[in-house]
Amino acid sequence: MAVSETRIITRRMNESDDNHNIDTYISLGGYEVAKRALRMNPDDIVESVKTSGLRGRGGGGFPTGMKWSFLPPDLFPRYLVINADEGEPSTFKDHMLIVRDPHQLIEGIICSAYAIKSNKAFIYLRGELALAYDRLSTALEQAKQKGFVGNDIDGSGFDLDIVIHRGAGAYICGEETALIESLEGERGMPRLRPPFPAIAGLYAKPTVVNNVETISTVPHIIDMGGDKYAELGVNKSTGTRIFSVSGHVNKPGNYEVELGITFRQLINDLAGGIRNNGKVKFFIPGGGSSQWLTGSDEHLDCPLDMDEVGTRFGVMLGSGAVMVYDQSTDPILVAWRLAKFYAHESCGKCTPCREGTGWLEKVLYRMSHGQGREIDLDMLLDVGDNISPGLNAPFSQTTICPLGPSSVSCVVSLNKFFRDEVLRRCKSSQSEAEMTGNNEEVNV
Amino acid sequence: MAFTQENREKALAIVEKYPYTKSAILPLAHLAQDQDGYLSEDAMREIAEIVQVSPAEVQGTCSFYTMFKRKPVGKLLVSVCTNVTCLVLGGPEIHETLSNKYALDEDVTIEEVECLAKCDGAPCFQVNYEFIEKVSPQDAIDVVEEYKSGERVARTVSGTLTDSSLIEGPTLQKGQKGGE
Ligand SMILES: Cc1cc2nc3c(=O)[nH]c(=O)nc-3n(C[C@H](O)[C@H](O)[C@H](O)COP(=O)(O)O)c2cc1C
Ligand code: SF4
Ligand code: FES
Repeated sequence: MAVSETRIITRRMNESDDNHNIDTYISLGGYEVAKRALRMNPDDIVESVKTSGLRGRGGGGFPTGMKWSFLPPDLFPRYLVINADEGEPSTFKDHMLIVRDPHQLIEGIICSAYAIKSNKAFIYLRGELALAYDRLSTALEQAKQKGFVGNDIDGSGFDLDIVIHRGAGAYICGEETALIESLEGERGMPRLRPPFPAIAGLYAKPTVVNNVETISTVPHIIDMGGDKYAELGVNKSTGTRIFSVSGHVNKPGNYEVELGITFRQLINDLAGGIRNNGKVKFFIPGGGSSQWLTGSDEHLDCPLDMDEVGTRFGVMLGSGAVMVYDQSTDPILVAWRLAKFYAHESCGKCTPCREGTGWLEKVLYRMSHGQGREIDLDMLLDVGDNISPGLNAPFSQTTICPLGPSSVSCVVSLNKFFRDEVLRRCKSSQSEAEMTGNNEEVNV
Repeated sequence: MAFTQENREKALAIVEKYPYTKSAILPLAHLAQDQDGYLSEDAMREIAEIVQVSPAEVQGTCSFYTMFKRKPVGKLLVSVCTNVTCLVLGGPEIHETLSNKYALDEDVTIEEVECLAKCDGAPCFQVNYEFIEKVSPQDAIDVVEEYKSGERVARTVSGTLTDSSLIEGPTLQKGQKGGE
């Protein structure tokens, strides 16, 4: 039977196109949960989020309730920071959540800030998302006017200030410690941990960083109860998630589904299957940082379970992106473009990443532009091994943050699934170059 | 250029929002860029004075971020995505077509950018951070021409709204319900 969506955080946007106006949002039941939450004991909310099994939707999949409980009980002030820097290749869910239901995020912030006893929250919004900024700023103004944000919210005695902070074009600022640096007015370079942000984050104060989707889910957990939410999903992947499906599918888009359905169901039943009745050659689950899967039955029938995808195939659900490629696709070209992305976005702090990503990009450029050599693939693996020793998943790292190791995923995947194709093409381009005496390297 | 009186007041209000003044560097740089069309040395010096750090620190921060243009750019900044979804659906062709067409046009700056978080609209690009989705190279030229002629109203080069009707989102996600 074909699966369908399970709409929790996308429910309202299905009912109206006008949720960014507070009156519409309220008429659809908005801010009721926040009012109720502010009458609850904050610790009970944290407990409920723990019970729900909610795990971060930003990429790491860390249990949210547990993250919150790492805050030292008696250190104040503390900050809640919302990661809206969405930049992982082919992820577009947070963007949609903000444009089409910004009040839901604000309501989530009210509930979450109250639960962790923080009176100041920052939303770090990716700079390029101009309409999202307008919608969110307007929504925040409206929420302030109605008294949902400000001092003594709804007579509860709880004060909350929210600041929207626009980024300025740097993928690495999605990494939580780089994000904190950027919020402090610095270059967005990750910090060495420990200390973890929960102990010393923004302005060296205890800080929780959570993704937009994570926080947008919180009011629904409070509303339905943590145990009810935990009944949805599969194993330790509870609840629903939004998957951003793109590429060669008939109906690219965001789909909110109960965790546990399979990739095949997501791609065929929801995203309408492959264009021109084609077949999947390969797909990248979890955003550009994940390793790849192919169109084999084994891969397509794997359930969307955050742990199982890792233990079985070494991939991750990461940010919830699924990019699908049909048989016409050149995997070396895709790998090159990913490597180019990481080379461009490396912050330059660690040598293996700064130098290594550049190497990967240059060699993959050569390979994808008909100038490959037979030794290239193994050379790439060697460079990759210096960034992520062992080339395993979950990856080890010689770097401060996981961006460096992420850049190696495409190389490992090329080797795993397309080694023959790559070697054949490199061999023929090499012998062609030798025959024509055209041994010059491409200029990159 | 120095901040106008009005923007100077805005700047001081922005600084107030943060517990530490240095946090205001990014928003103030956006504000300066809105005003001048790029981030000038003078502006960075004034920002330094406002947030009470050295000009070198402001430049050090701002030079990290690709949205800050430290040299003047065209009135229209066209950012074309060629990342891995747009890559296979025509992004590079749009980038090439626009780059050729506007190579000598001072009013239009074409740049290649990373995933814009709108891959369901691939291939997509932005004109001053307003999204244009699912277009052919020829359509892309038409859209840029509409901006040039004033038929479409552009945001500033930092993406700030100049016409409040744009907030309803002419091109973005209208009517699209999640995955539909
Ligand atoms: C290079 C890099 C980029 C990241 N980009 C994002 C991002 O754009 N959005 C996001 O929510 N998390 C991103 N993350 C994950 C964050 O570091 C962090 O784990 C997350 O915001 C925590 O929120 P969550 O627990 O709610 O998922 C990124 C991580 C890395 C290493
Ligand atoms: S791994 Fe790369 S991006 Fe991460 S801190 Fe090191 S140099 Fe910067
Ligand atoms: S790949 Fe172009 S918008 Fe995501």
